[in-house]
Amino acid sequence: MSQSMILLVTTGHSASLYLIQFAYLVATALFIFSLKWMSDPKTARHGVFAGVGGMLLAVIGTLINPDLVNYTSIAIAVVIGTAIGVPLSWVPLTAVPQRTALSHAFGGLAAGLVGTGKYYLWLQEGPEQLTAFRMTAIAIEIILGFLTFTGSLMAAGKLQELRWIPQRPVTYRGQNLVNLLLLAVAIGCGAALVVNPTWSILFPAIIVLSLLFGILLIIPIGGADMPTVISLLNSYAGLSAVAMGFVLDNKLLITAGALDGSSGFILSVIMCRAMNRSFTNVLFGAFGQVQQSGAVTEKKTAKTETIEGAAQILEQAQLVVIIPGYGMAVAQAQRMVRELFDHLTKRGIDVKFAIHPVAGRMPGHMNVLLAEAEIPYDKLVEMDSINPEMSQADVALVIGANDVVNPAARHDKSSPIYGMPIIDADKARTCFAIKRTMNPGFAGIENELYYADKTYMLFGDAKAVVGALAKELSGGSGIH
Amino acid sequence: MLFHLPLLLAALQTGTASTPQAGQDPTFDYMSMLFVFMLATFIGFEVIRRVSRLLHTPLMSLTNAISAIAVVGSIILAGGDHPTYINVLGLVAVVASVTNIVSGFLITDRMLKMFKKREPGRQ
Repeated sequence: MSQSMILLVTTGHSASLYLIQFAYLVATALFIFSLKWMSDPKTARHGVFAGVGGMLLAVIGTLINPDLVNYTSIAIAVVIGTAIGVPLSWVPLTAVPQRTALSHAFGGLAAGLVGTGKYYLWLQEGPEQLTAFRMTAIAIEIILGFLTFTGSLMAAGKLQELRWIPQRPVTYRGQNLVNLLLLAVAIGCGAALVVNPTWSILFPAIIVLSLLFGILLIIPIGGADMPTVISLLNSYAGLSAVAMGFVLDNKLLITAGALDGSSGFILSVIMCRAMNRSFTNVLFGAFGQVQQSGAVTEKKTAKTETIEGAAQILEQAQLVVIIPGYGMAVAQAQRMVRELFDHLTKRGIDVKFAIHPVAGRMPGHMNVLLAEAEIPYDKLVEMDSINPEMSQADVALVIGANDVVNPAARHDKSSPIYGMPIIDADKARTCFAIKRTMNPGFAGIENELYYADKTYMLFGDAKAVVGALAKELSGGSGIH
Repeated sequence: MLFHLPLLLAALQTGTASTPQAGQDPTFDYMSMLFVFMLATFIGFEVIRRVSRLLHTPLMSLTNAISAIAVVGSIILAGGDHPTYINVLGLVAVVASVTNIVSGFLITDRMLKMFKKREPGRQ
C-alpha cells in the first residue's frame, strides 16, 4: 500500500514535470516569434502579444510545480512588482533610456539574488550538491548579475542627471588597472569556490567586488557612449539569465536569456560601428581624455541667420533633410518639429529625417521620439540610405545634433572622432544648425560644420526656434 | 500506515525539494544545456539582425521583458520549502522580475502603437 502510494505520488509528480517542460517549450517558441515579428513595424505589435503569451505560459507552468509551498507570499510579490511596473511604463518617451537602464538593473538583481539563494541552499543541503558545473554557473550568474545591477543603476542615474552622480566622465590614473584587478579578483574567488564550494567566506566577497566593479565600470563613461553601454548592459542582463538557467537546469531560461543576450550584443556592435570604436575603447577609453585636444582651435566665427531668412530658404527648397540629435529630446521639441514637418509637406516640399544610429541616448531613441510626434515612420531614413542623397538636399536642418554631423570625422586625423561615420549635412546646399550656444558638444570637440561657408546658425532653444520657423511658414504662405 | 505517510512525503520532499540532482532526473544534462544555449544564441543573432532599425528602442524593452523570464527561477526559490531567508531572496527577485515583465511589455506596446505610416485622411 505504502509502495503504491509512492508510485502514485511519483507518477503524478513526473507527469506534472513533463507538463511544465511542455509549457516551457511552447513559451520558448512564442518568444522566438515575438522577436521575429519585430522585423517590421506592421507586425511588431503581434510580437508583444506573443511575448506576453509566452510569459504567462512560463509563469503558470512554474506555478504548478509541486515543490512550491508558499503561494501567498509569491502573490504578494507579484502584486508589488505590478504596482511598480505599471507606473514605470508611463514614463515620458524622453525618459525611456533611464527606464531601460533601470530594468536592466532589476534583471541583474534578480539573477544575482537567485544565484545567492541557490548557493546557500545547496551549501546547507550538502556541499556535494555544488558540483563544479553548478558552482561555475553560480559564480558567473552572481558576477554578471550584480555588476549589471550597480552598473545599470549608475547608468540610469547619469541619464536621469541625478545631482549626486557625476555626469562628466570621471577618470583617474590607473583606472583601468584598478577595474580589471577588481574583476580578476572576483573571478579568482569564483574559481576558488569551484575548487572548494565550502570556502563560503569568498561568496560575499564576490558579491561586493561585483557590485563595486559595476559602479567603477560606468563612472568613466559619458552620455555620448550611453547607447553602447546600455546595449552592453542589456547583453549582460540576458547572459545572467542564461547562467541562472544553467544553475537551475532550466532550458527556457537559457533560451530566453540567450535571445536577450544576443540582442544586446548585436545592438552594441551596431553602436560601436556607428562610432568607429571598439568595445574596449568604449569601456576603457573614456571620452574625458579628449577634452584638451579639442580646445586648441583658432578663433573662427560662425554666421547666423534670422528666423525669417531661414524660413524663406526653407520655403524654396524641394528636399529638406532634418537631422535630429539628443538636443531635440532635451528641449522636448518633437511636437514643434512635427508642425514644421506638416507646414513644409503641405507646400509640396519633401521632408526626410536622417537618423544616426547613436543619435540620442539609446539605440533607436530618435525614431521613438519622432514616432510619438506622429511623424510617419517611412520618413525616418537611416544614415547609410540618406547620405547618397545629401548632395541633392536643398536644406539640411540640424536640430540638437552635434558630433554626428561633424565633417572632421571624415578628414581630420587628429580629431578624436576621426573615422566615425557621420551624416553629411555639409553636402547639402544650405545647412542650418539650431543650437543654444557655441559651446562644443558632449565630447568637447569643436564642430567644423558650424564654420562652413554654407552653414548658418539659428541660436536659441530648439523648441522655440523650430516653433518660430513653423509659425513663419504657416502664415504668409499664400501671399507670395 | 497513516503513520507512515508524512514520513514518506517528507522523504519525497527532500529528494525533490530543490532541482533534481544529477543522475536522478533524465532531463538533467549539462551537454544538452550547452547545445540549447548555442542554438538559441544563433537563433537570437539571426532574428535580431532582421529587426528594423526603427524599432531598436522597443526591441530593447521587449527583450528586457522576455529576459525577465528570470521570474521562473525566482518563483522556484521564493515558493520552495526552504529557510525563510532564502525565500526572501527569491521574493525580492520575483518583485524585480515582475516589475520588468509588466513595465517592459506595457511600454513596448505603447511605443509600437506610435509607429504609423501616413494616414490617408490626415493633413
